[in-house]
Amino acid sequence: MRMNLKKSTVFMISSVIFFAVALLLMSGTVCAAPLKIGISQIVEHPALDNCRDGFVAGMEEAGYLAGEDVIYDFQNAQGEFSNAISIAQKFKDDNVDIIVAISTPIAQAAAQVTSEIPIIIGAITDPVAANIAERWESSGNNITGMSDAAPNEAQLKLIPRFFPEATRVGTIYNAGEANSVVQVELSREICQELGLELVEVTASNSSEVLMAAQSLAGRIDMFYIVTDNVAVSAFSSIVKVSLEEKIPIIVADPTFVPEGGLTSFGIDYFTLGQKSAEKAVQVLEGKLPTEIPIGKLEEPEDLKFVINLDIAEQLGLEIPLELLEEVDSIVLSGMSWNREK
Amino acid sequence: MTWSLVFHALEQGLVFGIMALGVYITFQILDFPDLSVDGSFPLGAAITAKIIFSGGHPLIAIVWAIIGGVLAGGLTAFFHTRLKFTNLLSGILTMTLLYSVNLRIMGKSNIPLLGKITILDNIKSLLPSFSHDQLTPVLFLFIVLLVKILLDYFLSTELGMAIRATGDNEQMIRSLGVDTKFTKIIGLCISNGMVALSGSLFAQYSGFADVGMGIGTIVAGLASVIIGHSIIKNGSIGWMTFSVILGSIIYRATVMVALRYGYRLGFQPGDLKLISVVLVVIALTFPMFRGRIRAIVASNGSNGMENK
Repeated sequence: MRMNLKKSTVFMISSVIFFAVALLLMSGTVCAAPLKIGISQIVEHPALDNCRDGFVAGMEEAGYLAGEDVIYDFQNAQGEFSNAISIAQKFKDDNVDIIVAISTPIAQAAAQVTSEIPIIIGAITDPVAANIAERWESSGNNITGMSDAAPNEAQLKLIPRFFPEATRVGTIYNAGEANSVVQVELSREICQELGLELVEVTASNSSEVLMAAQSLAGRIDMFYIVTDNVAVSAFSSIVKVSLEEKIPIIVADPTFVPEGGLTSFGIDYFTLGQKSAEKAVQVLEGKLPTEIPIGKLEEPEDLKFVINLDIAEQLGLEIPLELLEEVDSIVLSGMSWNREK
Repeated sequence: MTWSLVFHALEQGLVFGIMALGVYITFQILDFPDLSVDGSFPLGAAITAKIIFSGGHPLIAIVWAIIGGVLAGGLTAFFHTRLKFTNLLSGILTMTLLYSVNLRIMGKSNIPLLGKITILDNIKSLLPSFSHDQLTPVLFLFIVLLVKILLDYFLSTELGMAIRATGDNEQMIRSLGVDTKFTKIIGLCISNGMVALSGSLFAQYSGFADVGMGIGTIVAGLASVIIGHSIIKNGSIGWMTFSVILGSIIYRATVMVALRYGYRLGFQPGDLKLISVVLVVIALTFPMFRGRIRAIVASNGSNGMENK
């Protein structure tokens, strides 16, 4: 009896080991252990959230299903740069396969912490100025991805087409945001070329935006709002002034057109996230980050031209027909209507 | 400066004036540097935005905002009186945790309120013959005066007196048998309730709530208190609270002036904070100069007398 028992135990154990090894081998050949991707953003923000969702959607399109092929670790620094470092360290300790860094401070923190794990950037305006890449064509390190540099020129060129009479453009931004300062400086030059005057006011926090917008009334023909975090956080305040004083808003980020802007010709952050995912897929397929240039959304087919007809009506504006023929999306009766490209 | 700009500065001065009164209670009356204000201002805005956005009545939103603020003040008081944290740390902890709480309440970082029915629309529908532009400053003036009168009355009651005495001389008042822990709790609760009310009104006025909108609230509040006190020297409670509201209006007016005319003096947009501070310094030193000028005039006069 004892012998039998021992024999059967040995048999059982050996068969368990056999199956376990077989399973391991099979899983190694058929489906690899799921990838680990750490996604981090600096703050809760509609544009950054869209970028993150776009990334996940882009991965799904390429066949990497969330929860099955990829396990995502979503992190958020809640506006604090010190948290950005801690999150990057956590990703490194967890040995993730790819870090997705949404926003500049997150990318800087990730670059600081690891020079081995590939970092896919999303929504970083100027990676060269932020000192995380040597050149746009090749970072020279473990970084690649997409920039969200707003096509300021294309946007400002809309002004004469909408309002041939306009001479003064007002903008509100946070002078403490490097990204906004760059855009405003560029806009100033472009405005000069177009024969427009750019009137600038600043706000360092979202509760100051309302007064900044009010102070512009009577001095400007329209608002031009760049992708400034403070200004877009208080976008409703600008819309309030826009409607009261009948001043249209041209906004760099098309997400804000349904919220009360008149028009935008800009980057769709969801598309941006999808394009970042394409870069990530290239890395997963074996390319080195240095071999993948950092991309920008500049091509007209990647940009989104949106007009809010509700706002046009409230402001008493007539939109030229030739502009309506070009739009990708209009807002009418509180709904967004997209046109097939 | 056009009239509409004067009114806009007045409206915001009044709304933030309620917040400044809250800051006055803690910093000046209670001698408690309460930094939770930077969290309770957006807390009031967050609660209000959430309720109005989901279809609730603005008045209910305001009441809940005040309750939220009172609880936040109570938490700071709990940290300080029960857990024996220093007053600064207690405020910082509450302010920090309120960031996450505000995100939880709103479910996202930003809720726009444009097109939603706010308290301003409610009042407008009651008085249809007036415009928004006319009603807004009147409504805010009414609310601020109501808060001021209630506060003046409260501070003259026995409990209010005990709170004032706690800030003046805690040991003395404790030796008289007053529970200073209790007076601090009440003071902090009322203060933060008022700050949250201010946040609630500002959210309805400006059309949004945002987790980042509280940054720098305490600075504006303190500036208002100090500007007000330097202009009106009368020490009675009624005048003190009035001076705080006046200080808040002056502070907002200086920001408006800086925004509107700073560029004419060759300032760059990024210099806004600098210009505001310069204007505040001028406002603060004005009474001193007035005294100096008087002294100079007086001494010249007496010198003249001697020479004769």
